[in-house]
Formats: sequence, C-alpha cells, structure tokens
Amino acid sequence: MAQATAPRQADFTDRNFKYFLVGPSIFVLLLIGIFPLVYLLVVSFQGITMTEVDTSFVGVRNFAHLFRDRRLWEALLHTVIFTAIALPIELVLGLALAQLFLDRLPGRQIFIALLVLPVVVSPIVSGATWSLMFDNRFGPINQVIGWVTGSPRTLLWTINPALVYPAIIVAEVWQWTPFMFLLLLAALANVDKSQLEASAIDGAGYWRTFFKIVLPAIWPVMAVAILIRGLDLFRLFDIVWALTKGGPGTMTETISVFTYVKGFQQFETSYTAAVALLIIVLLSVVVFAALKRVRLAR
Amino acid sequence: MNDLHARQRVRLTLRLVAALGITVFFLFPIYWLFMISFKTADEIFSYPPKWYPGHLQFGNYAVLFKDGDAIAVWHSLVVAGGSTLIAMFLGTICAYSLARFKTGGEHLANWIISQRMVPPIAVVFPIFLLYVWLGWVDTYVGVILLYTAFNLPYVIWMMRGYILDIPLALEESALVDGCTRWQVIWRVVFPMCRAGLFATAIFTFVFAWNEFLFALVLTRTEVGTYTVQVTHYFGGQSNFWAKISAMSVLGTLPIFVAVAFMQRYLVRGISLGAVKG
Repeated sequence: MAQATAPRQADFTDRNFKYFLVGPSIFVLLLIGIFPLVYLLVVSFQGITMTEVDTSFVGVRNFAHLFRDRRLWEALLHTVIFTAIALPIELVLGLALAQLFLDRLPGRQIFIALLVLPVVVSPIVSGATWSLMFDNRFGPINQVIGWVTGSPRTLLWTINPALVYPAIIVAEVWQWTPFMFLLLLAALANVDKSQLEASAIDGAGYWRTFFKIVLPAIWPVMAVAILIRGLDLFRLFDIVWALTKGGPGTMTETISVFTYVKGFQQFETSYTAAVALLIIVLLSVVVFAALKRVRLAR
Repeated sequence: MNDLHARQRVRLTLRLVAALGITVFFLFPIYWLFMISFKTADEIFSYPPKWYPGHLQFGNYAVLFKDGDAIAVWHSLVVAGGSTLIAMFLGTICAYSLARFKTGGEHLANWIISQRMVPPIAVVFPIFLLYVWLGWVDTYVGVILLYTAFNLPYVIWMMRGYILDIPLALEESALVDGCTRWQVIWRVVFPMCRAGLFATAIFTFVFAWNEFLFALVLTRTEVGTYTVQVTHYFGGQSNFWAKISAMSVLGTLPIFVAVAFMQRYLVRGISLGAVKG
C-alpha cells in the first residue's frame, strides 16, 4: 500500500533515493557478512597452523578431519544438551511466572520491573556472579545447602563432573527465564477474555482451557521466544567461559568455546575456518527453516 | 458469599508470597554481586560467608580507579556509544526505505534479520585475521565497525516496525508542501518515531555494552572493554574477588538505570519487535 501512494512525484532522483538509503547499511553488512564467508572458504582449503603458514591448496583435508574430530562432535553434543535442558526449563518456568503475574497483584509493576533485571546483566558478568555464588567455601549456595541438610557442605560446583552441568544450567536459567516470562506475559495479556469466559461457562477445566484456547493463542509469541533463545543457546559462550572455561577437561565445552580454543589458543587457523563454516552451514539450515515458520513481524 | 471472599483472600496471599519468593530468588545473585563490592577482603573470605558487609566502604572501587582499571568502562562507553550512533543513523534510513518503498521486498528484510542470527564465533575468527592484516586489532575503529555491523540488523528490523506504525498521510502532506525527501525524514519521520528511536538506541547500546566474545578477541589494553576487564581477574589469586564485583557493578549499574526508563519498550525491544507489549 505504501508503494502505491508514497513516491507520488517519482522523478529520477526519487527512484534512486530508496536505494541510496539502504546502500550504506548493505555495504557494512556485506563487509562483515560476506567477506568472512569468502575468507573462511579460502583458508579452510589451506594448511595454516601456528607452526606453518602453508597457503597451498590442501584439498578437503580440513573438512575430512571434521568428521574424525571426536572433540568437535562432543562439543556439538554438549551444546545440544545445554539447549535441550535449559530451553524447556526456561519456557515452563517463564510461563508459570507469567501466569502468576497475569492477574491483579499488589505491587505487580514493581515485581515485574525487578524480575527483568537478570536479562540486561551482561552474560559474562552473570557468569562471574554465579562463580562467586558457587564457590565451595565462600559462596552462599553451599552454605544454604548446609543449613538444609544439617551439615556443612563444600561441593565443588565448577569442578565436580557431576555438578558442572547443573551449575551452568542454573546460571543460564536464572538469566533467561525472565526473558521468557516477559514475552509470555505480554502474550497472555492479549488472549481474548471472552473466549476464556465462554470456555468456563461450557464447563471446561483449567488445563483443558489452557491447551485448547490459551496455548494456541500465545503460540506465535512462544515460537519467537523459542527461536530467539534457541539460537542464543546454540552460541552459548560467556556463562560457560566464566564458570568452567569448558572444563573439567572438555566436559562442558560448547561449540563456541571449542572454536575459540582451536582458533585463538591452539592457532589451528585453517581447521578453525572449516569448523566455522560447518557452524554457519548448520545454523543457516535451522534459521532458514525457522524463518519460514515463525513470523518475527508482520 | 463470605466463604468465597475468604478463599479469594487466601489465594491472593499465596500468590503474593510466591511472587515475593521468586523475586528474592532472581534478585539474590545481583544482591550478592553488589554486596561483595562493598566488603573488605576479610569479610569476603570469612567462613561461613557473611551476607552483608559490616559497613559501607568504597575501597574496592577506589582501587580500580587508582590502578587505572576503571578506564575499561570508558572504553565500553566509547565503543558502545560510537557503534550505536552509527548503527542508528544508517539503520534508520535503511529501515525507512524498507518500510516505505518496500525496497528489496521480503527477501532483503529476511536476509537482514538472518544476519543477526549468525553465531558470533564464526564471524569473529575471519574478522580477527582481517584486522591483524589491517592493524585494526585493539583499535576503536575495528571494534566500533564490528559492533555497528552486528547491531545494524537489529536497528533496521526494529525501526522498520516503528516506521510502519506511523501514518503515511503526514509524510504525503509534507511532500505536497514542498519538503524534499530528506526533509521529510528529518522533520516528519524522525520526530514521529522519537520514542521508538530512543528505545532502539538504548537496546543497541546495551547489546554492545554487554558484549564479550568480540571484545575478548579484538581488544587488548588500548580499548579493552569492562566485560573483558572482569575476566582478567578470574582464576588468579582469589583476592581478586573484590575487583571482579566492583568492576561488574560499574558495568551493570548504568544498564539498570537505562532500562528503568525503558520499561514500556522492553518487551518489544527484546522480542525483536514480534511482541508489541
């Protein structure tokens, strides 16, 4: 509709004006978007490492190595595990919180304003905060566990293999549940009240109403929330870096941590380029499929 | 009737208690972080842990300023501020073109938003190699350019939504009155979406301010941001706890203040415009 009415005095300069406006942005995006891709493609077919600058063509050697690299696939698996555990918890908790704060409640606005704070804390800072909280001697978490169980505890949350996953997931869930909460609260507030009343009059119970009316109504927003959080979890780096740096060993190494270590600590330049390309390809498939289903805006 | 009333009161009380408990849980880590920054070393390393400092003292902050570490907050400000200004200007005029002329159609808009979803680690690696070659590592130019590029899709996407919310009639009458295209943008569009511009700028600023991975790779001492500075205190001797918390508070407090003004736009801002809030 805008196109039909806006360029009324469409002379030559007017027609170019719209391209002139997008030009600078597209240029910057291409510079940072396309250049790396081309560069990765070139480097990944070479043999550059810390010790040798071998720019000759080595064929698909780096890509073949991708498939034999246990550590890479384990990192991918860890990333999937973090996502598969944290995302549902955040979703369900966020939804429960949204339900709790949906109706009238004294101080509701203040509660909401306070609950939002974790979302805007830098992830590296929240990772640092939780590492202080999880400290085996001077952190409050072991202290509280000691009170509850009756005897002092010195659990090594960031070192003990059985505890590192819960520790990271707690920090992650703490930071991002409010994100889910905010979005779902907005979505729930927009659910048609008359439909809920009609459903109550028809004698439908709470859960039946929830699954038949509320869930379909909030689904579009929920899908966006899942997409945004899913993509964020796929690139999970900061909280893991602050809490464990991928340790103990490589137990909590995510794909981002793995790539960082390969590229910036072990300097396997060409191989890292191949890994980065793999990540881009994997993610492009997901994003492409997701954007077809999810409407981010009208 | 009385019975029903009593049950409602019990329900409300239970909800209030739950709300209080949950809020305490979500605020406690932030409280703990802030509180450590006011403790003395003895208080930080007392066992069992103390839940509040004996008295308010700012020694931990004074150390950061005396050692010059606090300059990292200034670096963050320059980098986040600079990239926000550039991204807002370029992004908004681009968004105007997308919204009003449907430039490039759906494909261009979708390509732009998909740029935001590329994992930073895959981008920063080749960018780092490029910057080494250009001599841009640890310079404002390099970091600001990358942050600008990374936030552009967000700005374009959000501003496109805000501009679509403005009625077209005003721009038309301005054109009829003899305004040039640029004057329409400056005098009609920008003022009309002032709130949206402001909200988007704040969020763009927060993203850049809080960013860690790019800064970790691309900055050293000259332009190292506060997020990187925080990690410099990790791991070593545990008496760095005071610095971790004080530096974190310096970086977090401004964000809290900014967001306090942004409550109305928060939902729209963090949902990429999908929820109008």
